[in-house]
Amino acid sequence: MGEALNGDAIAVRHLWKRFGAGTDPLVALQDIDFSVRDGEFVSIVGPSGCGKSTLLKILAGLLPASHGDALLRGTPIDGPRRDIGVVFQSPVLFPWRSVFGNVLLPADVQRLGREPMRQRAFELLDLVGLKGFEHRYPWQLSGGMQQRVALVRALIHDPALLLMDEPFGALDALTRETMNVELQRIWLERRKTVVFITHSTSEAVFLGDRVLVMTPRPGRIQDVLEIGLPRPRSLEVMNTEAFGVYVQRIRRALNAGGGLE
Amino acid sequence: MTSGLRGLALRLLCVLAVLAVWELLVRALSIPAYILPPPTAILTALYRGIVSTLYIEHIWITLTETLLGFMVGTALAFALGTVVALSRRTEFFLYPFIVMFQAMPKVALAPLIIVWFGLGLTSKVLNAALVAFFPLMVNTIVGLRSAEEDRINLMRSLAATPLQIFWMLQLPNALPYIFAGLEIAMIFALIGAIVAEFVGAQAGLGMLIQSMNFSMDVAGQFSVLLILSILGLILNSIIVGVRRRVLFWDEREKAEARQTATTGGGI
Repeated sequence: MGEALNGDAIAVRHLWKRFGAGTDPLVALQDIDFSVRDGEFVSIVGPSGCGKSTLLKILAGLLPASHGDALLRGTPIDGPRRDIGVVFQSPVLFPWRSVFGNVLLPADVQRLGREPMRQRAFELLDLVGLKGFEHRYPWQLSGGMQQRVALVRALIHDPALLLMDEPFGALDALTRETMNVELQRIWLERRKTVVFITHSTSEAVFLGDRVLVMTPRPGRIQDVLEIGLPRPRSLEVMNTEAFGVYVQRIRRALNAGGGLE
Repeated sequence: MTSGLRGLALRLLCVLAVLAVWELLVRALSIPAYILPPPTAILTALYRGIVSTLYIEHIWITLTETLLGFMVGTALAFALGTVVALSRRTEFFLYPFIVMFQAMPKVALAPLIIVWFGLGLTSKVLNAALVAFFPLMVNTIVGLRSAEEDRINLMRSLAATPLQIFWMLQLPNALPYIFAGLEIAMIFALIGAIVAEFVGAQAGLGMLIQSMNFSMDVAGQFSVLLILSILGLILNSIIVGVRRRVLFWDEREKAEARQTATTGGGI
């Protein structure tokens, strides 16, 4: 945290977000300050209402900050940008577009042309294990498969930053673990800068190079952990002592911030 | 498959039974034909009307009025509905007019329209258009505004322009509502054309009913009603057929929930 270093993909500097005006505004984010290195996977964990989704919306350019800056590769994020990919809580696929059509939505919006993107779409769909599903429709796929399509869509235009807002929150526990392993594999292959929002402490530790712990009222960063677990991590890593220590420390930080009340 | 055929046969049998009872009662109680004609007399009238091509000419005229009215009415409804849905300012100024017209029974305007536009085709097309207009306009507005926030956010996060959000999200998203509106607009256009013909016309099925009424040809009137019912069924199934092709991705439940939104149209 602190000063912006060279090679920082994201720099968030003294960021505040207030909702409502007057003498008693709701402070959603209080003095948020952190950096994300290029190619780093940062998890942000916190209970609902701690402002983590607000933070993600600001990083995605969907919401303006009240005060402070958010920079992506040195330029301020002051509106939606073409070099960011977002994966939301629900897959948000258009039922009138096939898997292929959904994946190419960013290419259509940003007029990148379908032909040059075709090859990339096929590669990415293959990468997430959806080869052969190109011409299916979203409603013909399971929840996990739909979220994989959403991931490919977020990667298709080769963004500098991938923002993920509790992408596996709606999936059942087993599918969720599988998706975590998958996401790690894909990330190891592509090395995107990722900001991953979750309310699951174990998911945050399993995936992250670093974990930011957020606590609510007002939303602020309570603790930052460097996760030193070697990669690739398998699901068994969750049973190790080192993993348990990280989870313990996050729990303590959440408790201290009144997050687990 | 066999159960489907059996069901069809049972229904047909039921209809035939009702017609038989109708026929027998009319004969047994010797009800005069100018009050309630027996089914055989209605079928005879239908046969004569079609063979003499008298009905064909009138069907053609009413069909032309209905389809032209449908096209004019729905095109305007879609255009205005889109403007209102996308521009809060337009909605602000148009709202009083929309509310007033929505509450008004549109067919009550038919006499005025005949006075303004004469006894010919124009007045029928305009009346049909007027009646067909509202259900589609209301559904276009509701449909275009129904895009989920998540989907809007996705488009915005890709730095989509408002025009792209309209073409790639709001319009396809509104199609189920628009088709529900078109289905109703089609039937409403037929009603509008017939009512305008009642009020004043030189030709058409509505005019035919009117003139048969004056000459107490009740069997003839029943035969025209039968034609109108079949015409309505055919027009409706055209829209349903197109809808099924276009909206292959839409869930049934959604389509049914939307029927309630449509009742705001009114005749």
